[in-house]
Amino acid sequence: MKPRRRHGAAGALIAAAAVAMAVVSIIPSAASAGRVAAGLSVPTANLPVPSSIGKGEGKLNLIAWAGYAQPEWVKPFEKQTGCQVNAKYPNTSSDMVSLMANGGGGQYDLVSASGDADLRLIYAGDVRPVNMALIPSWKQLYPFLQSPSFNTIAGKHYGVSFEFGPNVLLYNTKTFKTAPTSWSVIYSNKYKGQVTVPDNPIQIADAALYLSKSQPKLGITDPYELTQPQFNAAVALLKSEHPLIKKYWDAASQEISLFQSGTTVVGAAWPYQETTLAADKAPVASTIPKEGATGWADTWMLAAKAPDPNCAYKWMAYMSTPQIQAEDADSYGETPANTQACAIMDKIAKGSCAGYHANEPQSYFNTIKFWKTPLGTCDNGKNDCVPFQSWVTAWTQIIG
Amino acid sequence: MSETRATRIGLRIWVAAVLAFLFVPIAIIVLYAFNSSNIQAWPIQGFSTKWISIAWHDPQVRSALWLSVRAGLLATAIALVLGSAAAFGVHRFRFFGREAVSLLLVLPLALPGIITGIALNSAFQYVGINLSLLTIVIGHATFCIVVVYNNVLARLRRVSGSLYEAAADLGAHGFFTFRTITLPMLSTALISGALLAFALSFDEVIVTTFTAGAQNTLPIWIFGAIRLGQQLPEVNVVVAAVLLLTVIPVGVAARLTGGGGVTRASAAAAPRRSGFARGARVLGAGSAEPPGL
Amino acid sequence: MSTIREERPMGGMARVSAALWRRTWLRASLTLTPPLAWFLVIYIASLALMLVTAFWTVNPFTNVLEHSWTFTNFDQLFTSTYLTIIARTLEMAALVTVTDAVIALPFAYYMARVASPRGRQLLFTAVLLPLWASYLARVYAWIVILQKGGTLSWAFQQVGLGPVNIGYTNTAMWLVFSYIWLPFMIVPVYGALERIPDSLLEASGDLGARAWRTARSVIVPLALPGIIAGSIFTFSLTLGDFITPLLVGGTNSQFIGNVIYDNIGTANNLPFAATLSLVPIVIMGVYLLGARASGAFEAL
Repeated sequence: MKPRRRHGAAGALIAAAAVAMAVVSIIPSAASAGRVAAGLSVPTANLPVPSSIGKGEGKLNLIAWAGYAQPEWVKPFEKQTGCQVNAKYPNTSSDMVSLMANGGGGQYDLVSASGDADLRLIYAGDVRPVNMALIPSWKQLYPFLQSPSFNTIAGKHYGVSFEFGPNVLLYNTKTFKTAPTSWSVIYSNKYKGQVTVPDNPIQIADAALYLSKSQPKLGITDPYELTQPQFNAAVALLKSEHPLIKKYWDAASQEISLFQSGTTVVGAAWPYQETTLAADKAPVASTIPKEGATGWADTWMLAAKAPDPNCAYKWMAYMSTPQIQAEDADSYGETPANTQACAIMDKIAKGSCAGYHANEPQSYFNTIKFWKTPLGTCDNGKNDCVPFQSWVTAWTQIIG
Repeated sequence: MSETRATRIGLRIWVAAVLAFLFVPIAIIVLYAFNSSNIQAWPIQGFSTKWISIAWHDPQVRSALWLSVRAGLLATAIALVLGSAAAFGVHRFRFFGREAVSLLLVLPLALPGIITGIALNSAFQYVGINLSLLTIVIGHATFCIVVVYNNVLARLRRVSGSLYEAAADLGAHGFFTFRTITLPMLSTALISGALLAFALSFDEVIVTTFTAGAQNTLPIWIFGAIRLGQQLPEVNVVVAAVLLLTVIPVGVAARLTGGGGVTRASAAAAPRRSGFARGARVLGAGSAEPPGL
Repeated sequence: MSTIREERPMGGMARVSAALWRRTWLRASLTLTPPLAWFLVIYIASLALMLVTAFWTVNPFTNVLEHSWTFTNFDQLFTSTYLTIIARTLEMAALVTVTDAVIALPFAYYMARVASPRGRQLLFTAVLLPLWASYLARVYAWIVILQKGGTLSWAFQQVGLGPVNIGYTNTAMWLVFSYIWLPFMIVPVYGALERIPDSLLEASGDLGARAWRTARSVIVPLALPGIIAGSIFTFSLTLGDFITPLLVGGTNSQFIGNVIYDNIGTANNLPFAATLSLVPIVIMGVYLLGARASGAFEAL
């Protein structure tokens, strides 16, 4: 009886594998649906855009960062428009991309995508163009956020910029009597075991940004479009930084803990961490060093197969108004894209406008290089830049 | 009892240590539910009860909690039926691919949730099912079945086949035997399997992200709240409240399982419902000793 | 025996039962088809569709999934980066399993054999209750305990030992994993131990064995199916987990799950993620085969 049982197990598995292989050779894999788009052209570029916002469909399904759909502004919206808001809070940008596969699958209407995911969504054909004429507050946005390269391709807008923030250098004021002037502090042996940076492959761009100033011979102009030698240099820098890192933080609350307990004294952070720690009287401060900084900006993008486009437009218009921009900025801890929000922010929480750098001049924002998905294509029209797939592989090696 | 006094004291110390191990983090959670600050610093800087009222009035918490409870109950119910059926089948019958079944059934636990989540999400899209409570339940039931299956199978392996033969000798047909012998025999395994399955479902976050529509179960809400850390004390309040609420059902379940059971041949105290069952047990118990002796 | 004569059913139920008794295949199908159908149709099929992409690639420039059979992903898998991560995951899973088995056995023994029925109920409740405190909240509590200047360090200092800082290390991960999965080990082991008849232990004593010998030769082998069932949970759940490494691990703490997670979504490298997913499947296959071969399942 025994040999028969052994054949049973192996046989079953082999049969199953054979069947699976045969089947999927014929049927296109469901998992790849929505990712069949090619590199340089946007599959949804020619989808029609509405010329006016019609009657609301009664519901709105959002994929948003936790904290973007707070009752304070969702309830008034629901009352005004009759669109019942259902929000889903995924954990990472990557989760958002996965959920939006196949144009949102007919389930979701909007996604608040961060810059590192935007281009992936656009070129996969998961989002569709938006008519900015239907977003009145769009004219009030910062000029550099009205048609940024991470959500606008060839003049077509694939969403409306929402809020943003720089990735600043956070430091313990007891260790650093004066603000560090260069990102070199997080690469220096002096603070071994006390440094923290985000656990995100896009962090390679931060290293590239530093190298663009410290090793100008590499010729790095755009930290998200790196040729192989430039990429290798950035990776080498990060590998040399590895022994200095105590923890690559995944959630803002982690970094807050790290600084609060004194486990780390310097690292890359968002203004949110600084404000939260400062509110708790922790001795921290932040700065943007002379090399500049990377930054993230979130965009409300419209799903290609959105079931409730009218409610979606109403939401985009609503979330761009100065009042809501200010409320969200103070609640979540980021900078509003709408220039008129600053005064309202100070009314809600005194000093918050300056705290989140919402009143800086254009020169400040020029020092920020906003996230965009590194594709293999470079602006020079060639294809020799390193695509994000390789960033991820390199990142796995870097953090070990 | 055949244990020496020293052994028993040693065991008591061990049990106390393990209980401390299990409950110190719980104590921390309850303590930090009253933290006035968002940041979980040690030692705690200040106390406040404001989070209780915040949690109570938070509509997102209520809908998330209610969704989790419904999904958990449904998934556990399905898992009880299908998991036991699978355990029976694998235990009793020899068939083509029998060993593979155990491997297939362990996959939902062994594979990272992201894989299960994306596989199920693709399947639902392909078939055209809308993401809703139904798809959440399907996703949860898939790994809840594993928990029940393993528990029931482990119990079945300790049950001697002679019990069924004794029952048949006494004239019972299959369904009767099932109702009076097998089910009581399995009751502990079923109840503990159900509790474990429900706990897994109640705690599951990654698969649910991909099988739920634009809705959040409690763990998804918690994960979102925990990222920014703005609502950590609120999370602790909610968790502590859930703990308080579940003491009763878990206690009841413990009563049903721990109250002497059908297992030890010398447990003469446990009353049985029918003379038939007692008769079979007497007949069968004699040979319920595991072989190998 | 008069109760039996009255209760003996002669009608439909008995007929159905007899019919099923004669046709084993029918009984087998009825029992097995629903669960297996559920599994195969819903889960395995979609999983297979995804895993077959392990033999395909995504063109990183056009982002198109190319259906051409190749072993490139496996070449990438068998490099030191990923092999180290796989070994680390495996090691931790084994360590956590052993730790939990060691912790659970005396505890479950006490619960099953020494405690009064009332005590048994209380202990059972106590073991299961932590499962209802969210996994995430419990791991976050551990961060507070293990961080620099945290509860553990404070406790050590209270008793005169120096401060201790094991936050964000693999040791921290081991502690947290052992903690989280402990109830999953205790419950099946308890289930196995409660089935041991007292007479066996008495017989062992009569034959001259002291406590340790009885434990080693009688109790542990009889508890083995429970330990195996529990180990399946602790081993597989640790294999597939990536949240604890994320929250409590430090540098050099990545697990298979973390790498899989990184390669899905924006990275758009589903084929490589699928390749990585084959690893836990193979590992669990080997594990189950080993458990069967060791005779643990035949302890009946």
